[in-house]
Amino acid sequence: MKKATLSPYILWSSLFIIVPLLLVVYYSVTIETPEGIELSLENFKKFFEPIYLKVLWRSIILALISTVICLILGYPAALILAGKSFKRSNTLIMLFMLPMWMNFLLRTYAWLTLLEKNGLVNMIFQAIGLQPLNILYTETAVILGMVYNFLPFMVLPIYSVVSKIDRSIIEAAEDLGANSLIVFLRIILPLSIPGVVSGITMVFMPAVTTFVISRLLGGGQFMLIGNLIEQQFLFVGDWGFGSAISVVMILVILVSIGFMSRFENEEQGGRLW
Amino acid sequence: MVMNFLKRFYVYILFVFLYAPIVVLMVLSFNNSRLRGSWDGFTLRWYIELFQDRQILTSLYYTIAVAVLSSAIATIIGTAAAIGIHNLHGFKKNLIMNVTYIPVLNPDIVTGVALMILFIFLRLRLGFLTMLLAHITFNIPYVILSVLPKLKQLNNNLYEAALDLGATPWYALQKVIIPQIMPGILTGFLFAFTLSIDDFVISFFTTGSGVSNLSITVFSMARRGVNPKINALSTLMFLTVLILLIIVNLRMSKDKNGKGGGNGKNKEISLGARDSSGGGGGLLRI
Repeated sequence: MKKATLSPYILWSSLFIIVPLLLVVYYSVTIETPEGIELSLENFKKFFEPIYLKVLWRSIILALISTVICLILGYPAALILAGKSFKRSNTLIMLFMLPMWMNFLLRTYAWLTLLEKNGLVNMIFQAIGLQPLNILYTETAVILGMVYNFLPFMVLPIYSVVSKIDRSIIEAAEDLGANSLIVFLRIILPLSIPGVVSGITMVFMPAVTTFVISRLLGGGQFMLIGNLIEQQFLFVGDWGFGSAISVVMILVILVSIGFMSRFENEEQGGRLW
Repeated sequence: MVMNFLKRFYVYILFVFLYAPIVVLMVLSFNNSRLRGSWDGFTLRWYIELFQDRQILTSLYYTIAVAVLSSAIATIIGTAAAIGIHNLHGFKKNLIMNVTYIPVLNPDIVTGVALMILFIFLRLRLGFLTMLLAHITFNIPYVILSVLPKLKQLNNNLYEAALDLGATPWYALQKVIIPQIMPGILTGFLFAFTLSIDDFVISFFTTGSGVSNLSITVFSMARRGVNPKINALSTLMFLTVLILLIIVNLRMSKDKNGKGGGNGKNKEISLGARDSSGGGGGLLRI
């Protein structure tokens, strides 16, 4: 009976999880020629043309910039929330999580309303006598959208690691004469690294694969790797090339996970998934 | 004191950054003016227009139909799978768990195009059925991950006692195991339902021929610029998903506090709920 309960899932996951991925790999390493289908690395070679490499490069750079901004904004926030400045930090953490649960598309769309030419941001800027800000459909808007969407992913893992630090370690350091700077540098910072690592992963991954933010806030002119995949499948119809880019994307993700997991400390429980 | 004030000030500034866009969107959905900058008085006009818009009503219908069906089917397959996985050990268990994590870890866009290739390869016409199959696929792992912690808390002796007293395995499953893991099953169902309502990227690639859900409709409207009707629709969608998620998370924290054994897994899921990313996809089907 125990086997019987598992078999529908085994069937389902083979057909809808394993086979599709194998198909992606299959299309990425074959090309259609007049004589039939041939094994070839042509699709990957195409990806390494300068024009497409630039897209990959841009995606990685924009995702990195957003990750760094999230880290700079989020790290202090996580420390403050884990500290004693607030009486109800649980409620505040809930409030940090709320926007994360809301539809990602709508959160991005909200910025479209704010940033457009006669949107609220420009109205306010004009009212206080500033130049109108025309950042919609620029890289700045894409970065803003990424930071806005993914900032909670940075704050939460760092918070959950820092709030678990044993107070007595800090007190011991203080008893031994450490000032708050030394306490931070020698205790809090090293102990928070697992949280920082999973924060970076959780921001970088969705940022590097997005195609919605770049489409809505970048106006289609700032093509990222996600947009390239979308275009190959929906408009160009070049499945081989689209699959090759998908394989590259999976590799980027796997490499990042592998790289990050070397820094992870199982016992600290900084992981969120 | 000053330091404390600065700290609080900093956190409040971040909250303004996180919430201002959403609040502005909601306020503007009641604005009588088409121009977003000026306030022309309170109106429910956009909501009324929203409910007269055929395209939006059709996509609302598809969203709910897919969400109900996919979460129900995923709950059945996922619960059965979790019971099976719970009884596995070693290599087999690792293998199946790793496969289960694939849709959770894969970027949404890759899951989306991979399923699209499969459906076209199988000569299925992209539409309602393919979107439903895709949603079931990405929902099952979340059901499994909600039910497994409950199975770990279960006392195995009860099941054996039932067998000793003459119950058939099927009867014991129904009367002993299922009632005890019910909270996990319900949480998984609600989770799957919410994810399904919220999904954009995977639906975008796996549907076709005029069938679209609300997210896809919003996307295609937003590409043509800002539209007050989307503000109204967004407000309603925000509130719906919010209420659902609050229910799910209240349930989860109750499970955790109540029985003391929810271990890390519950939290992992609730925090990793979305993005989504998406994807936002990204890693967590964030």
